[in-house]
Amino acid sequence: MSMFIGAIGCEPLQLRRVSLERSETLDVYRRNGGYEALKKVLDGMSPGAVIDEVKKSALRGRGGAGFPTGMKWSFVPKDSPKPKYVVCNADESEPGTFKDRYLMERDPHMLIEGMLIAAYALGSKATYIYTRGEYRYLINIMDAAIAEARAAGLVGEKIMGTDFACEVYTHTGAGAYICGEETALLSSLEGLRGHPRMKPPFPAVSGLYASPTVVNNVETLTAVPDIINMGGAAYQQLGTEKSGGTKLWSVSGHVKRPGVYELPMGYDDMEKFIMEDCQGIANGRQLKAVIPGGSSVYIMPAADIIGKDVRMDYEGIVTGGSMVGSGGFMVMDDTVDVFETTKNLTEFYKHESCGWCTPCREGTDWLVKVFKRIANGEGRPEDAQLLLDICDNIEGKSFCPLGDAASWPIQSAIKKFPDDFRKHLTPLVRQVEMTTA
Amino acid sequence: MSEQFTPNNPLPQGAKVPAEIARFSPAVEAEIDGHLAKYPAERRRSAILPLMFIVQRERGWLDKPGVAYLADRLGIRITDVWEVATFYSMLYTQPVGKYHIQICRTLSCKIMGAGEITEQCAKHLGIKSGETSADGRFTLSEVECLGSCGTAPMLQLGFDYHENLTPEKVDELLDRCQRDEYVFTVKVQ
Repeated sequence: MSMFIGAIGCEPLQLRRVSLERSETLDVYRRNGGYEALKKVLDGMSPGAVIDEVKKSALRGRGGAGFPTGMKWSFVPKDSPKPKYVVCNADESEPGTFKDRYLMERDPHMLIEGMLIAAYALGSKATYIYTRGEYRYLINIMDAAIAEARAAGLVGEKIMGTDFACEVYTHTGAGAYICGEETALLSSLEGLRGHPRMKPPFPAVSGLYASPTVVNNVETLTAVPDIINMGGAAYQQLGTEKSGGTKLWSVSGHVKRPGVYELPMGYDDMEKFIMEDCQGIANGRQLKAVIPGGSSVYIMPAADIIGKDVRMDYEGIVTGGSMVGSGGFMVMDDTVDVFETTKNLTEFYKHESCGWCTPCREGTDWLVKVFKRIANGEGRPEDAQLLLDICDNIEGKSFCPLGDAASWPIQSAIKKFPDDFRKHLTPLVRQVEMTTA
Repeated sequence: MSEQFTPNNPLPQGAKVPAEIARFSPAVEAEIDGHLAKYPAERRRSAILPLMFIVQRERGWLDKPGVAYLADRLGIRITDVWEVATFYSMLYTQPVGKYHIQICRTLSCKIMGAGEITEQCAKHLGIKSGETSADGRFTLSEVECLGSCGTAPMLQLGFDYHENLTPEKVDELLDRCQRDEYVFTVKVQ
C-alpha cells in the first residue's frame, strides 16, 4: 500500500518541499525559499515583532493541547537574568501520529530555521530538539542538517553575519510516551526519570534548569518560517479565525490511501476527507469509527461523521464530539470490535503510565485487569459501569493529562458503542447457551 | 554497604567502589565529550540518555561496569543511573539479542495485522514475545506505537524500521538475520 504525502484543499505549505529530491539538504532548502524568514527576522524585526506575527497567525500548538503559540511565547519574562531555552518536542509518541517524523526526515532545515526564529524572538542562545529514541535515524538526519547549517554560518556564532548567536542541539529520548508531556520532557532532558512536574510554575517561567523555557512541537516550530515569510495575518487566513493556517493529519487504519495530509484548518468536511481524499474504506468494507486526534481523544462513530458536516479544525471537531489533538486520524472499518480496540489502548496507557501519581498508576492497571477478565470470557453485566467508575476516579484526579487520556477513549467507547461492550459482558457459559438456544 | 560511589565522586568513609569500571577507546571518549559539551558544565547529568545509548552500543547492554562508568563520568551515584535506566523502555538492564525484533502492537498496527506478524516471528524463531532465543542472538518484543501507523504493520530491528509487513516479508527478513547477512542501517553515532 502506498502512502500519500501532500496537501488537499490548499497549496502545500509545510509539505511543499517533502517530495523534492534531496529535500533534506541545505542546498535544496535554500533554493526553495529556505532561511529567507530567518534573514527577514535578522534584517530588522524586533523580537517583539516576531512574537506579534505569531500571535496574529492564530497558530495553535500542534502537539495535542492546541494552546496558542504566540501567547505561550509571550509568557517568557523578558527581564529574566537567567538563560532562556527553546526546546522542540519531537517525542512524537501519540498512537496514530507520524507527521513530525516525515517533516524531520524530509525537511530538517525547516525545523532548524523555526527553532532559530523562536530563539531570536525569545532571547535564547541554546536550543534542544528532544527526539524519541526510536526515531534514531531522524536524530542522525538532524545532526547532519545542523552540521551543514553550522558550516554555512546559520548555526553558532554570528549567524548570517549578525550578532545573533544560537546553538541547536539534538537530544535523544529512550522510550517513554510520558516524555511528550512538556514538563516530563524537561525532567528527562535534565537526566532524570520522565516524571511530569507541578504547574505552575509553567516552563515559560521555570522550565529547563529552572530557566524560562518554551517547549513547542515540531509541526508548530516548522510553521514559523512561513508565518514570518507571508505575515501572520496571511497565514491565519489560510485557516479559520481561531485556528490559523494548515494542519497535518496522520491518516492510518482501514482507508485505501493512508498518509500525511496537509489540510487548511476548517476543511469541509470529515466525511469527504475520508471517502474522497483518503479514497474511502479499503476492502469494500463500511466505515465504523474514527479516532481523529491520536489515541487520547473521543472515538467518533460513523453516524456522527456521515452527513454531519464535521469541519476539520479545533472548534469543528469539538462540535462533532471529539478533538483535533495531535491529528492522528485512525480509521476503523466494520470488522473492528471497539471493545478490543479500547482494550488495546488501555494496555498502552497502563504501559506508559509513569507511576508518579496513584490514580493513573493504579487506575490504568486496574482497568487493564478488568479488560483482560472480560476478554477471558468472564465479563459481568456491571463491568461497563465498573470501567466508567474507575475512569471517573482517574480523570481530572491524576497529576498530568495522561490520566485523562486513558479515561476518555473508554468513556466515549462505552457511550458510543455500547453493543460492542455488551456482547462481552455476559459470562461465556451464558453466551454459549444464548447462541445454541 | 552497597556500591554507590565511584572514584570521581565524593567518597564517604568506608564506602566501597565497584570492582570494575568500563573503559572506552579515545574515539568513544571523544564522542562522549561531544555529548557532554551540549549541556551547561554543571548540568552534565543531562547527557545520561545519549551516553547510555553509547554504552549499550559498545557493551550490548547496561551491565554493571557500564553503569559504574556512567556514574563516574556524570558525577552521580550508581543508584541515580539505575533510577533512569529502569524508567525507559529502550534501556537494557539485562542482555538482549543482537537481533532485537520489536513489533508495534498499538491500535493502527493491531487493526492492520500486527498479531499475525508477531505470530510469524514467534513461529520462525521458536520463541514467544518477551523471550530471547537460547543462543542469545534473537529477542522478540511487542512494543508501543513507533510512529509508523500509515505503513502498518511494522517492526523495528535494532534502530531500523521495517514497514508494510507481510508474513512473507518477515520470513525473508528473519532468514537474513539467521544467516547473519542482515546489515543494520541506522546506528548510534
